[in-house]
Amino acid sequence: MKRVATFRPGPVFLGRLGALLLGCVLFLAVAAPVVAPFRPTDINLRQRLLPPAWEAAGNTRHLLGTDNVGRDIASRIIWGSRISLSVGLAASLLGACVGSTLGLCAGFFGGWTDRAISWLIDVQLAFPFTLFAIFLLAVFGGGFVPVVAVLALATWVNFARVVRSQAMSLRAQDFVLAARSVGVGTPRLLRRYLLPAVLPSIVVVGSFSAAQAIMTQAALSFLGVGVDPTIPSWGAMLDLGRNYLQTAWWMATFPGIAIALTVLGANLVGDWLSLRLDPRGR
Amino acid sequence: MAARAPAAIFQRCLHGIAVLLGVSIATFAVAHATGDPVTLLISASASEATRAQMRVHLGLDQPVIIQYLLFLRHALQGDFGQSFIYRQAVATLVLQRLPATLLLAGTAFAIALGISIPLGVSAATRGGWSAWLLQGFSMLGLAIPSFWLGLMLVLIVSVWLRLLPVDGYGGLSHLVLPAITLSLQSIARLSRLVASGMREVLRADYIRTARAKGLLERRVIWVHGLRNVLVPVVTMAGLELGDLISSAVVVEVVFAWPGIGRLAVNALGQRDFPLLQGTVFIAGLGFVLINLVADILCARIDPRIRLA
Repeated sequence: MKRVATFRPGPVFLGRLGALLLGCVLFLAVAAPVVAPFRPTDINLRQRLLPPAWEAAGNTRHLLGTDNVGRDIASRIIWGSRISLSVGLAASLLGACVGSTLGLCAGFFGGWTDRAISWLIDVQLAFPFTLFAIFLLAVFGGGFVPVVAVLALATWVNFARVVRSQAMSLRAQDFVLAARSVGVGTPRLLRRYLLPAVLPSIVVVGSFSAAQAIMTQAALSFLGVGVDPTIPSWGAMLDLGRNYLQTAWWMATFPGIAIALTVLGANLVGDWLSLRLDPRGR
Repeated sequence: MAARAPAAIFQRCLHGIAVLLGVSIATFAVAHATGDPVTLLISASASEATRAQMRVHLGLDQPVIIQYLLFLRHALQGDFGQSFIYRQAVATLVLQRLPATLLLAGTAFAIALGISIPLGVSAATRGGWSAWLLQGFSMLGLAIPSFWLGLMLVLIVSVWLRLLPVDGYGGLSHLVLPAITLSLQSIARLSRLVASGMREVLRADYIRTARAKGLLERRVIWVHGLRNVLVPVVTMAGLELGDLISSAVVVEVVFAWPGIGRLAVNALGQRDFPLLQGTVFIAGLGFVLINLVADILCARIDPRIRLA
């Protein structure tokens, strides 16, 4: 078989690119009050629907233009990164705690424990998630905690499936048998022997899950289920921009690029981590 | 061996029923978690007599387990209550909108398969530009939000170039943009799967045998190789259709496509809980059926799988 030699960006380069993207977003989120030229809620009706600075009608003070009530798009995107990052991180962490615990128990104990937890996983996967999330948030209302809890429902399955299959193969390995034969109790065995062994996979899944949570959160706020009415979120900005698509293309364009770059960053870091940390991924 | 297949299919059906029971428990529990489901399931303007009637209908004076069994019986009879906004039976509404969603998801799925199988095979066997394309698709396809892609396609194709209608439902011209939008994420996932599966399969002994007996390389790859790649692809395809229906919700909103997603979003805006509950339940039912079909298909493709 002939292989054409071509230059392709290697995993290390892509991993660094991802880390750089995430680092930038994190910096903007932390430094938002300093970096953002305007407050996200500053209304200026004289400066409505200004195009980006490089267009003829643009204003250099508003780099990415303004929206329908004259708010600065760039500032709103910078502030919006706070929502995306905090929700993504919190949902991923919560899902990791719940999913890893359940997956560890299912894989280690087997039998009915495994059957019950696998059933829960299958039931969770049977719901088209966006519909299920809309249903839950309609009943329980929006806000940071409900949104994070609902997104954790999407992420816990990822952790549970990976950790379960690893715990199953670890269960029969010598170091576990040895620990057991010298009388290490089950809770300690799970925490001190199995958990460290599956931790690399948890980190990898966590990175992808954060990306998934950021994407889903943007979709939910696009559909009108927000997190915090005082801080703009990228999804809500897109929803607003949709109504001005024909007259002000920049309103919907830039928040979407922000979502795509953040999710891309988290996915690239995940790819790189899975090569580095997961011995089977090599 | 052939005699065992029906038993295995029966086993899969039992598994499907167990999952459906879970789906019904979850949908039931959400409506009851807030205390009095009548406040959710009936419009605020309903009279006290209607409320009392609703309480009897749902069996709210009975223990929770009886209430659940009643809910299950109503669901099996296709009775999910009345929608507040449309003043029609929820099941009728959802079944009216379901074909539009299935058309959209099905077209997107066909596009995804049509692109990702040749792309994945070509990237695995030849590398070069197709490997580049695959990497681009798999990175950008998973990062670009479908609702944003939809808006950008509308902006470029419909607003600037005026080639296709902005939104709505009708002929092929209305289907093109939403289906392309929806297919991108599937292309990203499926083409990666096809490529990694193909790389693995090409190392197998039977491929060497096929080459050694002088078959055309084309036949080795597309017949002997691809058939073995298809098993994980079909399994994944079942899950993928579920993802497609889930993503269709936002895409339907962008393109004003009259499917169950837009129905659910309207219901969300109007706090129409019976409609939401029914939509979620019926979508879960559809997902379980699709995956059952995928499992059975896998057994047809690969005789080694005994549907365990």
